[in-house]
Amino acid sequence: MAVVLVLVLIVVGSVLFHLLSPWWWTPIASNWDYIDNTIIISFWITGIVFAAVVLFMAYCVFRFRHREGNRAAYEPENKRLESWLMIVTAFGVTALLVPGLFVWSRFVTVPGDATAIEVVAQQWQWSFRLPGKDGKLGTSDTRDVTADNPLGVAPKDPNGQDDVLVQAADLHLPVGKPVKVLLRSIDVLHDFYIPEFRAKMDMIPGSVTYFWFTPTRTGTFQVLCAELCGQGHPLMHGVVVVDTEQDYLAWLGQQQTFAQLSAPQQSGSANQPPGKIIASNLGVAANSKLSRSAQ
Amino acid sequence: MVDVTPADAVPPAEVGEVELYHPHSWWTKYVFSQDAKVIAVQYSATATAIGLVALVLSWLMRLQLGFPGTFDFITPEAYYQFITMHGMIMVIYLLTALFLGGFGNYLIPLMVGARDMVFPYVNMLSYWIYLLAVLVLVSSFFAPGGPTGAGWTLYPPQAIMSGTPGGQDWGIILMLSSLILFIVGFTMGGLNYVVTVLQGRTRGMTLMRLPLTVWGIFTATVMALLAFPALFVACVMMLLDRVLGTSFFMPAIVEMGEQLQHNGGSPILFQHLFWFFGHPEVYIVALPAFGIVSDLISTHARKNIFGYRMMVWAIIAIGALSFVVWAHHMYVSGMNPYFGFFFATTTLIIAVPTAIKVYNWVLTLWRGDIHLTIPMLFALAFIVTFVNGGLTGLFLGNVVVDVPLSDTMFVVAHFHMVMGVAPILVIFGAIYHWYPKVTGRMLDETLGRFHFWVTFVGAYLIFFPMHYLGLMGVPRRYAELTDMTIMTESARHLNSFISIMAFIVGFAQMVFLFNLIWSIRHGREAGGNPWRATTLEWQTPQTPPEHGNFGKELPIVYRWAYDYSVPGAKEDFIPQNVPGDFAPSREPA
Amino acid sequence: MSVILVFLLVIAGFAGWWLSHQRLTAKPWLEQGLAGDFVGFDRSALPTAKIGLGVFLAVVGCLFSLFTSAYFMRMGLPDWQPLPLPRLLWLNTGMLVLSSVALQCAVVAARKGQIDNVRLGLATAGFTTLAFLVGQLMAWRQLTGDGYLLASNPANSFFYLITGMHGLHILGGLVGLGRTSVGAWNGARPERLRLSVELCAMYWHFLLFVWLCIFALLAGWAATFIDICQRLLT
Repeated sequence: MAVVLVLVLIVVGSVLFHLLSPWWWTPIASNWDYIDNTIIISFWITGIVFAAVVLFMAYCVFRFRHREGNRAAYEPENKRLESWLMIVTAFGVTALLVPGLFVWSRFVTVPGDATAIEVVAQQWQWSFRLPGKDGKLGTSDTRDVTADNPLGVAPKDPNGQDDVLVQAADLHLPVGKPVKVLLRSIDVLHDFYIPEFRAKMDMIPGSVTYFWFTPTRTGTFQVLCAELCGQGHPLMHGVVVVDTEQDYLAWLGQQQTFAQLSAPQQSGSANQPPGKIIASNLGVAANSKLSRSAQ
Repeated sequence: MVDVTPADAVPPAEVGEVELYHPHSWWTKYVFSQDAKVIAVQYSATATAIGLVALVLSWLMRLQLGFPGTFDFITPEAYYQFITMHGMIMVIYLLTALFLGGFGNYLIPLMVGARDMVFPYVNMLSYWIYLLAVLVLVSSFFAPGGPTGAGWTLYPPQAIMSGTPGGQDWGIILMLSSLILFIVGFTMGGLNYVVTVLQGRTRGMTLMRLPLTVWGIFTATVMALLAFPALFVACVMMLLDRVLGTSFFMPAIVEMGEQLQHNGGSPILFQHLFWFFGHPEVYIVALPAFGIVSDLISTHARKNIFGYRMMVWAIIAIGALSFVVWAHHMYVSGMNPYFGFFFATTTLIIAVPTAIKVYNWVLTLWRGDIHLTIPMLFALAFIVTFVNGGLTGLFLGNVVVDVPLSDTMFVVAHFHMVMGVAPILVIFGAIYHWYPKVTGRMLDETLGRFHFWVTFVGAYLIFFPMHYLGLMGVPRRYAELTDMTIMTESARHLNSFISIMAFIVGFAQMVFLFNLIWSIRHGREAGGNPWRATTLEWQTPQTPPEHGNFGKELPIVYRWAYDYSVPGAKEDFIPQNVPGDFAPSREPA
Repeated sequence: MSVILVFLLVIAGFAGWWLSHQRLTAKPWLEQGLAGDFVGFDRSALPTAKIGLGVFLAVVGCLFSLFTSAYFMRMGLPDWQPLPLPRLLWLNTGMLVLSSVALQCAVVAARKGQIDNVRLGLATAGFTTLAFLVGQLMAWRQLTGDGYLLASNPANSFFYLITGMHGLHILGGLVGLGRTSVGAWNGARPERLRLSVELCAMYWHFLLFVWLCIFALLAGWAATFIDICQRLLT
């Protein structure tokens, strides 16, 4: 009989845990509340099924537990019941799938007015590249990566000269403007993930992946890497700051372009080339980033 | 009665009569044995031993996650080595080997009424190659640089680069070699399981009279035979990338400021191959569990399994569908996003036959005569955890919901619930159920109940709350969950709680092991058919069955495996090999 | 992954055909009684060893389909440079065809009980197969001599990988052939010998088929063929 009690307790406890526990998603900061809504639908449907199945099971165990002289009923199958259950299940599954697919088609269709920005990952830090005045990002290639050109921007491409580079520092974005995030890695798989934005996508060395979102509130958000990328994986944090338009332009004005950074007199001063130095100072790099995000 | 089999077509299982009864030396009887039952015990013992290693590894990682910074010896490198070996051992070397190599070897010949597997020599080789694979795997703990820390998915480029533990040392090489060996060994065993079901069945054992255990193991083996080659291909190609510098999976890479020699390869290609194996693998573990749990429920509820035909069709449907859902593991991998529509649809379709199986288990309980024996308790616990884990699978299969949840603790909680806890609960139930047949003695009841309650409630308390960490956005595979803005103080406490539960559940397994060993000598005598079950393995003349299983004459099967509580019959079960009809009218009114 | 899916579809076709003969819609609880009622729905009349080999060949087919799938996926990437196939491969193909033919002759001879011809067939098959393997090694040497190294281009890597994997399977087959030959010379029971010879022939025919597919793949005909099919479809 203990098992009946425990089965009921599991249902009640799980539902109460779901409703009362303090562990829930972070307040959203992007347009992907559609995704949150789809999760809510999923919770309702699956929650009802879970409670129904387990409670029914508890009832069966209670009602039909062995007592002296009992004998089980003989019922090989029941076509009608099985068909009904199948139809109801198919209906429930459709109710989960259809909204999901609608939101997914939105997710993969990038709006025309989205600004392309680029995130470049490497073991174990984030860099960013924004299009310059021409609004276009220059091409890039992992083979072009050198100490002076850590992001591998093609040196000959005229589109790339005015690109704004943000190396191993915070990225700022204007609030309310859709952004198409182009994702690139120069070593292993990484994944650009900000819990508050809900969206994420792997970055694959050798190709460029993407997703899009619109930041809906200002604030400072922590970037996490969500694809195992070696032993520094848990320390691969970054910061994205969502600004008002004004603050954003002010920040943008202070950034340097690819042409400026690759000019000979500048090299070796402000920006340390990534690679061995930063990698060996991994702890330091991560800490400094954290202290910045704390401020 | 026409004998259609030509002279040379007599299956070796029957030819072996002379061979079976010649005197055996100790070595050929217990070590290099060709008896499927001995091989089954060897498989099970080896899998359990290596599974214990994986259990200890899980403790170590929970130490780190629950109490960060307290245990200095768990460096990030070590942590990644722990999770990798834990995952790989549990999925391949424990679950696959135990279900197919252990239960498959023991139950298939007995349940279909064969004297042995059809190719006993190949069967023996299969075990020894498996053992070799395990030894190679274990040797990586002692190799320079330690085992690989690439995660059980072994994604390149990271898996074979120096930023990953074992990536440029021996770890990854030994891991890949061990997998290749495992697959070779498994293929040998798998051929046996499939062909024995096809050809070794005794007279009257039509496919629709097979117990669902055999259906589950049979279908899973067919799937494994077709899916493991994908892992084999992936392993061989990665091994070449790592050792000989080819570029199957390795694109142009700058590692720590240095350009590597590789060029142009595709990491996504590896992921396709890996998951082409990896998803069927989930069902390779699940289907035997489905089959076994059906038999446990039916036997201990004294009622035929509800909707047997639907159960068989569902097993076949799940097996077939599971080959066209693999890319749901890759929604955020950067593959063509339009694949998402297709794979989300196939993935959710597979939920329908799976749900039917759940309904039929529960409906078998309805109007049953439920004996709350330990196997039955484990079966009930399986249903709870499987339903829970299966339903969260609907979240992750639904492509857009997967976007925020993938690579978080939600995924970890989901797959532990559905293919960790649930199948292991079935394994426990099955061991309590068949231990009397293997040893002739019952497992101790009190220890068993203690083991059940701690394992079931503990495992639920570990993995149910873990979903909510994932919902918060806590990523998986983080050696340190410090310095994260989303990690609240209460979430840290939750993590410590999960760790403590993990130690308690792990401890209960020690009790179980003690019970296993102690009961061999001191358990209650079981008799031939302690559960009063219908299937053939309980009808053997000796318990434990001898080499050859059925004595002089093979049983002849007259009925399906689920004649429990037939109206009009005197007993509440009729074994499959009992002739005669006890119930004139069997169609329910 | 389309190649492997097509392959699995074929397997599923076989499985479906077989299952459709197993009365999966029967209601087993209504069918208590004598086993004899169901003769023909029991095990197949084929020898068990042949069925075992058939299942194994399905696994081998799966393996090579997966290599082919990987080949096509990798081929689409820009750094792919096809390598010229050595002429020698034609000769090797001829050798493998010969060995298959020889084994088929041995099967016919074994069915008629002509032990001398069985021996002749087995010996011919063994030598031609060895010649095939040696020829493959010489093709490898020729390619490496011309600078087509394993790691220098993915097309080369696949060439060595797939031919090597095929060679290993042939080598495994030679072990079986060796055992059969020992039996043929030491007077094994005729029906046993016949079965082993048949198994060898089955394995050889399959590996010849695999080799022809591989050859077409490596020579680029397979890609052209698929291209034409795609154009016809669109």
